[in-house]
Amino acid sequence: MEKKKKRWHIAIFLAPAVLVYSALMIFPLFGTLQLSLFDKVDQQQVFVGLDNFRTLFFNERWAESFWNALKNNTWFFFINMLVQNPVGIMLAAILSSKVVRFSAFFRTAFFIPTILSFVIVGFAWKLILSPIWGIAPDLLDMVGLKSLFAPYLGLESTALTTLALISVWQFVGIPMMLIYASLLSIPDEVLEAAEIDGLTGMSAFLKIKLPLIWPSIGIISILTFVGNFNSFDLIYTTQGGLAGPNYSTDVLGSLLYRTFFGFQTQIGDINMGAALSVVMFGIILAGVSFYLFAIQSRMRRYQF
Amino acid sequence: MKTKLIVSALLASSFLGSAALAQGVTLTIESWRNDDLTIWQDKIIPAFEAEHPDIHVIFAPTAPAQYNAALNAKLEGGTAGDLITCRPFDGSLTLYDAGYLADLTDMEGMSNFGDVARSGWTTDDGSATYCMPMASVIHGFIYNKEAFDEVGVEVPATVEEFFAVLDKIKEDGNYIPLAMGTADQWEAATMGYANIGPNYWKGEEGRLGVIAGTMKLTDGGWVEAHRQLARWGAYMGDGYEAQSYPDSQNLFTLGRAAIYPAGSWELSGFNAQADFEMGAFYPPVENAGDDCYISDQVDIAVGLNAASPHPDEAKVFLDWVASSEFANLYANSLPGFFSLSNHDVMMEDPLAQEIVDWRKTCHSSLRPFHQILSRGTPGLATEYWQTSVNVIRGVQTPEEASQQLQDALASWYAPQQ
Repeated sequence: MEKKKKRWHIAIFLAPAVLVYSALMIFPLFGTLQLSLFDKVDQQQVFVGLDNFRTLFFNERWAESFWNALKNNTWFFFINMLVQNPVGIMLAAILSSKVVRFSAFFRTAFFIPTILSFVIVGFAWKLILSPIWGIAPDLLDMVGLKSLFAPYLGLESTALTTLALISVWQFVGIPMMLIYASLLSIPDEVLEAAEIDGLTGMSAFLKIKLPLIWPSIGIISILTFVGNFNSFDLIYTTQGGLAGPNYSTDVLGSLLYRTFFGFQTQIGDINMGAALSVVMFGIILAGVSFYLFAIQSRMRRYQF
Repeated sequence: MKTKLIVSALLASSFLGSAALAQGVTLTIESWRNDDLTIWQDKIIPAFEAEHPDIHVIFAPTAPAQYNAALNAKLEGGTAGDLITCRPFDGSLTLYDAGYLADLTDMEGMSNFGDVARSGWTTDDGSATYCMPMASVIHGFIYNKEAFDEVGVEVPATVEEFFAVLDKIKEDGNYIPLAMGTADQWEAATMGYANIGPNYWKGEEGRLGVIAGTMKLTDGGWVEAHRQLARWGAYMGDGYEAQSYPDSQNLFTLGRAAIYPAGSWELSGFNAQADFEMGAFYPPVENAGDDCYISDQVDIAVGLNAASPHPDEAKVFLDWVASSEFANLYANSLPGFFSLSNHDVMMEDPLAQEIVDWRKTCHSSLRPFHQILSRGTPGLATEYWQTSVNVIRGVQTPEEASQQLQDALASWYAPQQ
């Protein structure tokens, strides 16, 4: 009987990816986990168990910052989900219809903000909305709606929603492209068959196309979730490290930044920072698991 | 063959590189003064290098808001420059305690500085000084003289006159009375609360009282300063809630605002940008003839990275920083940064001279929350950014704001418990 050959090539082919991924992701992840269980006492790292987490959740001040950041982050995600994805789907549906002219131009135009850096987007919008130099007050004045203008980024009541909408503006191209691609992949025969049965226009979209693009919408939702709960750049470039006014735009990312690296006279605390990032990791892990086990496994897939 | 060529070329270049280094020593300065980059490159460093041709100096600033965090990370990682620009008080004290800054007490140049100048960078027991003091900054108000003439108002001396001036400018409508915004938060605290406050908490008396625990932040003067600050909101520009620090600077230098609550460090920028005549006045007092107090903050110093591979050359630079040549060069290249040394410094900028002369009429005092009171978490320095903005925007009453500061302090500071 022939001896079974060892299949070395599997290990060899996997090695580069495993090594790079371990060095850049797995190792730091466990490093962070470990840091979160330690505290600095007299310049020495001392094991303290779950003390950092206890401080984070039960110390009055830490808990207040944390829940405030989590609440803001959830609202940020909520606006993104509720505006970005429906608008993205709508744009994709319009672009994929054959009656729209210049659709290639629009597709590019809607997608361009996505490839811009956060810094450019943040500063551009900060200038547009600036009550002093911005064009937003003048534009509103031209159509007689000056009274609608407020320093949106400077008011506690509007700053976070404004930032969420800026983020929507920037990233609406991604759901649009993904949905657009899956809409194009729907075979014409299916649509023609439906048309013969009397389904056209809106009802064709709702009854035929929408069920076929659910898996893509699921993917987009999870991308939005992960992206939003990791968000930091936009807030930092427009509102600064203190996520003003009065911490009303503080999200988990900006709280982590201030905790881990410090801000102004506040000295960075790597152990509390690590504890916070472990919590963030947990939140994202829970969200993704919920999607994978509760939603994706029940989703119906169609094959042509 | 080809690879061999490349390898030998690389080897040759690395040899040449090290040969070039052997000729002299390069010192790198970490700093948050990115606004001063050109002045260091064009004036200060060439003056030093002319005397010490074997030492090459690089000025490598970081953005102010990121400086402390970036510096800490660099020091921990062992990649920080040889010379470290020091924030006053606890920001640098923690670095010294952690062993990142070298003790400079015995350096010859240190004798050129008095106790007040050194206080910002000396340990609590006074045994060690770890940074060579460079400059202090003074708070007050800079105003547009043309705007004052046009509206027909005079420099105010009392608080009521101050608000009368603001009312008149507002009525006139051509100028925004106060060029300040709350988007970046720190101006409200530094140029607002710390600027006018010393008049109410009697400067050092109040500050040391809080440190000693004999006075609370909810006592008279500390709350009154919040009350005065709360009146400012009405005189700031439309949408000041989203107005950032550079916005305010531009509003003033473009001649659209009349009064700029300032720190003296603005002078060099304003001299270059504004094409109208500027004047300055110190924070108005309550009743005419009252003693006046100004915030005269020891602000900037330079220390030696304990891990620097070139400590001797770095000390040569530090001694030069203590020299009268540097004091004159620095004070005149950067009007508004006033030398802390005992050397006689002649200032060419009349406005800078005017501001520094306030020291003769008013009592000098340090910013309230930099020494000791920001040592714990939450540190007052960041906390009062928030309360200052809140009282200006009217979302917190002056009493609530003061209570928040007191609670924050009492949560970790024993003398206040």
